[in-house]
Parts: sequence; C-alpha cells; structure tokens
Amino acid sequence: MDTRRAPRAVIDPKVRKVGFFAPPELSQPGLPDPIPLPSSSLSPVMIPPPRHSSENLLHHARPLAPTVPGASSVSIEGSVVAGGSYGSSSELFPAPMSPASPSYSSSRFVGGGDGDYCLNGAAVASPGRGGGKAATSFPRGGFESPAAKASSVPASGLTTVSVVNDSSLGIRGREKADNGGGSALEAKDQATNSKQKKDKTTKAERRALQEAQRAAKAAAKAEGNKASGTVTSGTAKPAKAIKPPHKVDNSSVAASEKKGCDRPPEKDRKKDVPQPRMQYDDESRVEKAKRRAVVKQTEARNRVELFRHLPQYEHGSLLPDLEAKFFQLDTVHPAVYKAGLQYLSGNISGSNARCIAMLQAFQDAIRDYRVPPEKTFVRDLTAKISSYVSFLIECRPLCISMGNAIKFLKTRIAKLPLTLSESESKASLHSDIERFINEKIILADKVIVKHAVTKIRDGDVLLTYGLSSAVEMILLHAHKLGKQFRVIIVDSRPQLRGKILLRRLVEKGLSCTYTQINALSYIMHEVTRVFLGASSVLSNGTVYSGVGTACVAMIAHSFRVPVLVCCEAYKFSERVQLDSICSNELGDPEVISKVLGREDVNYLDGWANTENLQLLNLIYDATPSDYISMIVTDYGMVPPTSVPVIVREYRREQLWI
Amino acid sequence: MIMDFQVVVLAGGVSKKLLPLVSKEIPNALLPVANRPVISYVLELLELSNLKDLIVVVEGEDAALNVGGWISAAYADRLHVEVAAVPEDVGTAGAIRAIAHHLTAKDILVVSGDLVSDVPLGAVAATHRRHDAVVTAMLCSAPVSGPSESGSSGGKDKTKKPGRYNLIGLDPTQQFLLHIATGAEVEKDLRVQKSILRAAGEIEIRADLMDAHLYAFKRSILQEVLDQKGTFHSLKHDVLPYLVRSQLKSEALLNGVAQVEENGTEKIIAQSNQQMLSQILANASERTFHQRYALSPNGTSFRKTHKCCVYIAGSNRYCARLNSIQAYSDINRDVIGEANHLSGYSFSAQNNIIHPSAELGAKTTVGPHCMLGEGSQMGDKCSVKRSVIGRHCRIGANVKVVNSIVMNHVTIGDGCSIQGSVICSNVQLQERAVLKDCQVGAGFVVAAGSECKGEVLAKK
Repeated sequence: MDTRRAPRAVIDPKVRKVGFFAPPELSQPGLPDPIPLPSSSLSPVMIPPPRHSSENLLHHARPLAPTVPGASSVSIEGSVVAGGSYGSSSELFPAPMSPASPSYSSSRFVGGGDGDYCLNGAAVASPGRGGGKAATSFPRGGFESPAAKASSVPASGLTTVSVVNDSSLGIRGREKADNGGGSALEAKDQATNSKQKKDKTTKAERRALQEAQRAAKAAAKAEGNKASGTVTSGTAKPAKAIKPPHKVDNSSVAASEKKGCDRPPEKDRKKDVPQPRMQYDDESRVEKAKRRAVVKQTEARNRVELFRHLPQYEHGSLLPDLEAKFFQLDTVHPAVYKAGLQYLSGNISGSNARCIAMLQAFQDAIRDYRVPPEKTFVRDLTAKISSYVSFLIECRPLCISMGNAIKFLKTRIAKLPLTLSESESKASLHSDIERFINEKIILADKVIVKHAVTKIRDGDVLLTYGLSSAVEMILLHAHKLGKQFRVIIVDSRPQLRGKILLRRLVEKGLSCTYTQINALSYIMHEVTRVFLGASSVLSNGTVYSGVGTACVAMIAHSFRVPVLVCCEAYKFSERVQLDSICSNELGDPEVISKVLGREDVNYLDGWANTENLQLLNLIYDATPSDYISMIVTDYGMVPPTSVPVIVREYRREQLWI
Repeated sequence: MIMDFQVVVLAGGVSKKLLPLVSKEIPNALLPVANRPVISYVLELLELSNLKDLIVVVEGEDAALNVGGWISAAYADRLHVEVAAVPEDVGTAGAIRAIAHHLTAKDILVVSGDLVSDVPLGAVAATHRRHDAVVTAMLCSAPVSGPSESGSSGGKDKTKKPGRYNLIGLDPTQQFLLHIATGAEVEKDLRVQKSILRAAGEIEIRADLMDAHLYAFKRSILQEVLDQKGTFHSLKHDVLPYLVRSQLKSEALLNGVAQVEENGTEKIIAQSNQQMLSQILANASERTFHQRYALSPNGTSFRKTHKCCVYIAGSNRYCARLNSIQAYSDINRDVIGEANHLSGYSFSAQNNIIHPSAELGAKTTVGPHCMLGEGSQMGDKCSVKRSVIGRHCRIGANVKVVNSIVMNHVTIGDGCSIQGSVICSNVQLQERAVLKDCQVGAGFVVAAGSECKGEVLAKK
C-alpha cells in the first residue's frame, strides 16, 4: 500500500497545476480573493463582493453600535438598509435608500407576505364539497373544511355526530410546542449558562444581521447586473458569508445542530455552516440526536470498533416502527414520507434514483406548502425542507449527490426575489427542481453515454461492477449502435445488485458473463476496459462508490486495464477523503450473516448475543485516484486530477443557474 | 386529512347472519363485545392511529340514527365523525358509491365496522404508499376455531366440511396479491390467470389467511371502477378480485401517460425525459414483476399495470371480524381472554372484571376470563366461567353460566344452566331452564324447565 501511495505525492502538485493552467478568463474569477480585503481599500469602480461586505458588517454590528467607518459604496449600503429596517440606527444614517428595488425595507415586505397568505387561506377555506348545504347542526370546531363537507347531499347526507373540541386541539398543539421548546432548551442546557445568555442577547442582533445580509445581497445583485461580470466570484456565495462569525459566536453549534422547527431562523442559518460530522461514539450527542429523532433508532450492539463513529441501528425494527407511526407524523409531507419509506425498505437505492425521488418529493411538498401566518416564505420553507431532510437522514444517511441537490434547492430558496408572490415562488422552485433533474441528471447521463461510447470498440471485453445506471445506459447504447463487445458483470454479496443489471442486459441480447468479486483476478486477463459507476468523486480525485469498487479498480490497474469511472458532475464533492473509514455508511449486519436461498447456512444466527463477534457491512469505499484512468462526466472525459477544477467551476455555475 | 388519507368505516346495518342478536335498535355496529359496542373497537383503533376524522356509513336510516347517537354520546370531543345513511342492501361497493362525492383524499382507508383488531393501521397505509399500490388489503391469520361460516346457523353447516376458506395467492416476496377467491368460488376448481403466473414466476396459494376487510384504495381508481362497473356490489367479492385480476392489463388510467401525445415536440421531449426518469427510478432496485411485465416485449411499448399489495398482520396481533354468531362468541371470549388488552379494562388479580357495583351471593364463584357488568346481581352458589354478563342482570341462585354471553337487563331464574349461548337484552329465563348452544333474541321469555340445545329462540 505504501508503495502505491508514494506516487501520489508526485501527483498532488499536479492538481494545483491544472487549476493554474486553466485559461485565464476562466481561472481569474475562480481564484480566491485576497482574503482580508478591507472595504476601505477598494477602488470606487470595483464593487466589493458581498462576502466581504457582510464580514465587515458583522465586525461592525457585533458591538451593536453600528459605527461604520466611512467606507465605500456597498458595505455602507448594506448597513444602512439594516438600520432602516431595525430602527436603532436609522437616525444615524439618514437613509440613502439603495437604488435597487428589491432591497426596500424587508420588514414591510414580511407584512405583505402575511396578507397574501391570509387571502389564500380564505380562498382555501371557502369551497365546500358537495352540493346543497342543508347545514346540519354541528359546532364549528377546529375543523374548517370537514365542517363545510357536512351537508346533506342527495345520495347520502353526512351527519356530523361528534366533533372534536377546538380547545383540546389547541392544548395539544401548545403542548407539542412546549415539548419542542423543552427539548430545544435541554439541548441548550449542555452549553454553559453564559453561552446561553449570550445566545439570547445576540438574537435580535443576529436577526438584524440576516436582514442586512439579504438587503446587501439584493443590492449587490442589482449593482452586479449593471456592472460587468467580474464580480461573479464574490457574489457567488453570499449565504456562506455569514458562516465564520457564527462559528465563533456559539461554539455549541454542533450540539444544537438540528433543533425542532420551532426556531426556523437559527436553524436556517446553521444549515449553512458545514456541519461537523456527528460522531456516533460520542454518547451525549447521540442521546440528544435520538431525542429529536422521528424514527425510533435502536443502537445496534456489537459494533466494530473502528467504525463506532458511524451510525448503526437495528435495521429490523426501523421499518415496522416507522410504518406503524404513519398517521402520527403529520409534520412530514406524505411524499417525503413515502420517499423515506422507500429508502428504508430498499425499494429505492442508488444515488441517482434516491436523489430524483427526494427532489420529486420536495416538489410535491413545496406545491402543498402554505406559509403559516407570521412567517416568511423563504425562512419557513427552508426550515421545512431542513426538517424533511433530517427525516430522510433518519431513514437512511444521505449520499453526496443528495447533499448537493439539497444545497442547490436551499440556495434557490434563499435567492428567491422577495417581490415574488407565494405562488410564483413555488412555481419558480418547481421549475428549478425540474431543471435540476433534467439537466444535471438526465441530460448529464446522455452526455456521459455519448462520451463513453466512443471508448468502446469492436471486440472489447468490458467489465463492470455492481449496478450503475450510467454504465447500464452506456452498454445499452453501445449495443444499439451495433458494437460487438462482451460484458463481464462482477458482483458481490450481500446486495447482488449486479444480478439486476445482468438480467436487463441479457434481456436486451448482450452477451454477458457473471461472476463474483472473488474471481476477479482470474477474469481480469481478458478484460480490455473497466467501466465503473460512482456515488461521488471527491476533489482529490478519490472515487467514492459501492464497496468493492476499490478492489476492482486496483486489480484492473495492476493488470494495466484502463478504468473509466462514469459519474455525473452533480455528484462531485469538494470534500477530500483519504480512506473509507472516516466517513461511510454501515448497512444492516443481519444481511451478511444470511445466505440467500440457503436456509441451512445459519451459523451466525443470534450473532448479536455473542459478545466477541462483530459483523461489518460497509456500503461504500474510497478508490484512490491512482487507479482511475479517466472520469467520464457531463463535462467530458477528464483525468481524476481535474475534478477539483470542475468542482470549482461547477459550483459557481450551480449557484448561477 | 392526515397524510392525504380519508377513512371510511363501513358499519353495515342489520345483518341476517347475526339474527336474532341484532335488530333495528341494536344494529351490527352496536352489538356489545365485552359490554362495549363492537364499533368502538374500530373507532379506538383509528383514534390510536391519530385518525380522528372519519366517515361512518350505516345501512338503513334507523340504524344510522342509533349508531350516530351512540357515537356522538361516546366520542364527543374525541373524534370528528360523520355518519351517512345508505339504503339497505346496497353492499359495500354501493355504500362507497353513495358517499363518493365526499371523498377527496388521494387514498382511502376502508375499514369494516365489525373488525376487532390491534393491527397498526399506519402500517397498512404505509405499505400502500410505499408501493404506490391501487389497493392494499390487510390479511390476518384465519381464526383457529374455524372459518366464520361454520356453525353460523346452528348445526346444519357443521355437517359440511369446515373448509370455506379464502384462497389467497401471493408472490414470493409476500408483498403482492396475485389471486383471491372467496366464499362460493372456492368450491369450484382453482383458476389462476396464466399471464399473472407467468409474470410473477411463482404463486404461493395460502388458505390460512383471512381478508380482514381493511383496505387502502387509491381513490381515483376506486371511483373509476365503481363508476364503470355498476353491477359491483361488494368491495370484497367484486372490486378487489377485479383489481387483482386486471392488474397486468390495467384499464384504469394510471399516471395518465397515454393522454398527451400530439402536443408538439416539446411535449415529446418532456415525455421521453419522464420515461428516462422513471426508468432510472425503477432500475435502481429489483423490479417488481409488474414493472418487468410492463416492459417485457422489447422495452418500447408500455403495458399498463397496477399493483395490488397485501399487508400481512403479524401473528402476535389480534384480528377478527364479527360476521357470524360463532365469531361473536369467539371474539367475546378472546377480548376478555387472551386479547384482553383490546377491551380497555383493567383486569383483577383473578384475571376477570367484576364491576364494583355488582353483587355476588354467597359461595358464588366467577372464574378467570369473565366479566360482570355494572349493577348486576347474582344469587348464591352460582358459577360463571369464561362468560360475559352485562349490566343490571339479575341472576338467581344455583345458576351456571359457561362460555356464554349474557347482555343487559337479563333475568335468570334459579337453577338455570347456560352453556355456549348468547342471551340478548331483556330476556327472561325462568327457573331451571337449560340452554346449550342457543341464541335467545331480545325480550324472549324462556319457559321454566325447558331444555334447548342448538336452537334459535326469538320473538316471532
């Protein structure tokens, strides 16, 4: 292994080299700006990117006396707007309202939004079902629309015979809220008292900051439209801008990462902080996470020492428990619930499919979403999505592609122009998601197929591992083009997903060989190309994919067979990972103790009760970039060392969609 | 509407099978099981699942009034219940047709009002959703004491073979319903559709399962089927078998794929994208036989299929339907016996429930798995075993009650012996009457010293 790792030291500088060698007009905006750029040193022409403006803002605003030194354009503008909406400092700055229209007083806009909602609510409540309303006597309780329904309709009238009292509902709701508050408080208790105090005192201040942020962003955007595109790199990541001060502000962020949705604004902000990964060997935190959890998660016993930091639950009890609670979880949208169930039961697996299922569920959820009174669309929806995401995580840990899609959706929500009405915002988000699916997944797959097919020649023997939708499409397309080749499908227990691929390829008339991963080194002799799918490609070129991929790639490499990894660019991640241990997913250990179709092989029955036995069912592994010849992506075929370039370019582009 | 589900409870009317126990005053739904109307078990099960917005459909105006009255008295402030009266003999399908315009949710949970069970309803609904099924039926293991039909009308049926089970065909994963034959059909040869067998590869035919008459339907499909097939009378005997039979040649418009064809090229592109999308989604895991069948010939022509799923209740769950007199005795016995968590009462150390206001004479014993209602009096030297005795009964001395159900306000004279019988309200048993396996209708007077065995005694 050491000898293998050695050359990477040589390769590593190449990574940077690629970045610098990119054409100047591309790499210019990508270059990190000189970091502490003080706003005063800006030339009058150049519009400072909001990141700096906000940093400035924060520095100034933290003492809560906004004594902004006479700095240049945008940063002042931002703070003025903040002052405008939060009276304290408005006298100091006789409000030169920013020229950009969307940045008018945001508090007033909140009011407008509420009014809009009220109208909607009325419209919803009014249409009753059924025809003539020979209204039977029923107390008008908390049930607005069912009440309307109770009308004597020709076929058969409904008589409301029992109605739940409004008050009891109210009490329950309040109790729930109390509970939520309680748990949030408990979580807070862990932090020291002083911290809590600080938290409380800065709340208004932070709110002010956020408002300022938004205003600044809008202003910058408006300015940016007028000015040339040179600002792009700066305005690209405004949401992230708030990150550093918060990290300093309350270091207990990690502990109270996912609070109940009763405090959306904080949550919303915290989501932007790259979460410190939850370490599941930290008992106190696991306890807290459990208290929040919707799905009852029983910690598995007999966990492998090396992987204790990863979540592992008794898989057997999860699904029945979640199913039984179907009607209790009315906070989760039915579509999201369905997706969660499908993840948990394994009806949907594979990162593309999971991502699509999630996005479609979110589409439905957004369509049915109504802003609760006294909430703003953007913030409440973000909180809502976050709660859905944490529900999905409880069902099964997210894969990186889903993480990217969520990031995309949240940026889109955050970037919604404040002037849009609720229905317009929803429509815009709907089409955004639609476009993401179409462009980033479907179109990307088509492009990948087009590229990869050029690498298949007549007489080739292609090897693939497991099941990858992209690889399947490539093989089918090549077959359709009439290329003569043979496919070797390598599979491994316990999932045996290769069988699914095998069945479909054979149905289509491809000539296939099916083998298990144990026989890999024997069959590799005849192979001319290896095509692999991936769950993600990390920015050091490491391919993160189903367990066994690394083994296949390494053996192929030692046989000097080129390894092509097919991966859509939306799955790329800026993360760097050197091994498969620090971050991974643990599957159900029960699965590997059983052999399909062999009931008599039961030596491991009751393994959980054996103290000195631990089973490990890893889901993913990391393949070092040395073993990868080429990555086929929607941006073309690139060496693994070019991944960081795509990540950098792509990420900006994603934000600019 | 929680989770986009609406609940319909089919409470029935006055069933002929349960005569003489039921009448206009006491329709099926109000028949007491352990001194509680049977419908309360369903309502409580629904309440437990957080389903508080219900539509109860009752056959017959009078019955509907009675049921509605009872529910409003018992569940005011707890449930939001709407009662609809439908004409008698419209069947379960007719009942749904009659209230169809009230149904708006995506899926509908149809529960029979005579179900006594503790199966989590959420699990059924979740299974339905997870598979995106057209119908999901809950199956439970058939009661041990033989299927419901046997022994219903006295001894006549007993000479027949006790074999009128439902035959249910499942796929190897036990998730999908491939075949269902009920009641009379079972007498004939078993007919399995070749196309389904070919697509699924394997059918497991089981006779040990019972259809619990708890279904989750996709509303649009259900309404379409009910509209098109006007002759369908029963959900269980007509609609469900129809859906199962047609699952590979679905006539129902699912997803409306075929609707838009000629709307310019953009639509076609969008459609091909959609197709690819669904393909990615479907390809990600092992396809169900439906999907395989839908694509089978050469992947181009889509055949329409729909899924019929099952949820099989775990063996540790109790599940029974009160649809015969035999079942009535069984359920009563079970609710105060092995499934006593259903009754909602707390049992004494002797494993029975004796209301504090009940009076027992000297040397009277009440065995385990018994229940004695409020205000009942028993004379000396009585013995009660595995029986339910209702409210305000007056029981004389030296009476034996074994394996029986005695409803409210019954007067039992000295020296009576009651075994395996059901005695309805306001019945008077004069001295030394001996009843074995009898059903006595409400208000009947059994003459002194009469001996009856396996008879139905009711007022003409």
